[in-house]
Amino acid sequence: MEATVVRTGTEGKTWGGGNDPLKASYGKMMMWFFIVSDALTFSGFLAAYGFSRFKFIESWPIADEVFNHFPFLHGVDAPMYYVALMTFILIFSSVTMVLAVDAGHQLKKGKVVFYMFLTIIGGVIFLGSQAWEWKNFIQGTYGAVKTEGGNILQFVDAEGHRVALADVAEVMSTERVENTRASGVWFQQGEALPNYTIEEIKAGFANREDVVIRTQKLTEEGEKTVLSREESLAKLDAEAVSVVEGANLTENEYGVPLFADFFFFITGFHGFHVLSGVLINIIIFFNVVIGTYERRGSYEMVEKVGLYWHFVDLVWVFVFTFFYLV
Amino acid sequence: MAHDTTHQHESNTKRIWSVFVILSILTIVEVVLGILKPGFLVHTDFLSMSILNWIFIILTIFKAYYIAWAFMHLEGETKGLRRAIVWTAVFLIAYLIFILLTEGDYIFEVYRTNHVAWDF
Repeated sequence: MEATVVRTGTEGKTWGGGNDPLKASYGKMMMWFFIVSDALTFSGFLAAYGFSRFKFIESWPIADEVFNHFPFLHGVDAPMYYVALMTFILIFSSVTMVLAVDAGHQLKKGKVVFYMFLTIIGGVIFLGSQAWEWKNFIQGTYGAVKTEGGNILQFVDAEGHRVALADVAEVMSTERVENTRASGVWFQQGEALPNYTIEEIKAGFANREDVVIRTQKLTEEGEKTVLSREESLAKLDAEAVSVVEGANLTENEYGVPLFADFFFFITGFHGFHVLSGVLINIIIFFNVVIGTYERRGSYEMVEKVGLYWHFVDLVWVFVFTFFYLV
Repeated sequence: MAHDTTHQHESNTKRIWSVFVILSILTIVEVVLGILKPGFLVHTDFLSMSILNWIFIILTIFKAYYIAWAFMHLEGETKGLRRAIVWTAVFLIAYLIFILLTEGDYIFEVYRTNHVAWDF
């Protein structure tokens, strides 16, 4: 192959590419370029979230009331704990990753294998946690009623505690059946039936003297406005058109539809990054195990995937702040 | 900022663990403040945002700084590379946020003061 190789005699010199002013290898620099562009993508999403939130600043859902589940603690109001745990898992997997990189600098293969393994486990646990979080979010807890204008009305008792639809509704026999593909003459499908009809809610609400309605609107104290019993009855009667349980891309029981849209989109996009990070980590892990980098005499590949993994952690720090704290 | 990865190979484990401790403390402070939501921090505004939110954002930037500098090892890179990464990102993101939040606030005002009802 000698014939195809052009030698200029400048190899290693400035004109031959021998000068690297930033003292970083090509691969590492490209990983940084990728990270910067990816960071701009994420900040585009988060800034769009901020835009929508400022647009609906008076009626945005309160994160503490939405994300208040913890495994094995049913019905206990546990705001923030679960997502704090997830944050710790991700930060810790970042620590094990940087320890693996550090061990790689000292060419200690065994230690690199061990720390990379821990990193992968941490990533997998994080992904599982996120799936559980999504499940709770999609399923919803209490359910709500939607008005003609697209607003969400929730039920609370005298102490301000949320009341589930199941406790309000008065179950009536109904003629309505869900239209499925199989039952139609034409190939079509109807909307899924909610557990309760709006008539059942209205009938049940009239009998529950202790329950009132909470609107999306935030008060000066940053809490949701609670209507009086008379106002509640009037509002439910005049405006409520449908029942909402859980969350999807068009409506959700927590409030503004965009809230769920951004939740799905941003945490989903981040989760996809974690997933690809785990997969890349697994590939590099096996490369370390079979000794590829030991023979090469450099563990720089571990360093490069490490950069990506830390970036995923970095993004989560911001998602955590803007979705759950602020 | 003395370590250069390409030349020195001494262990940094002490630094790594101390950064982990710092990140943990920052996270715990955030979570505790997020759960307690002290009234005086929530109701005091600074530049039309509550002090509590400012605290959250500043602590987050601190966390980002430690992750980028210690874990991603920006502190060991050359000045040129570090600035190319950090200044570019910080400038563009700050600009984007400024533009979008201003616009969002404007639309909120339009909705609120408009003569056409949007909640029908």
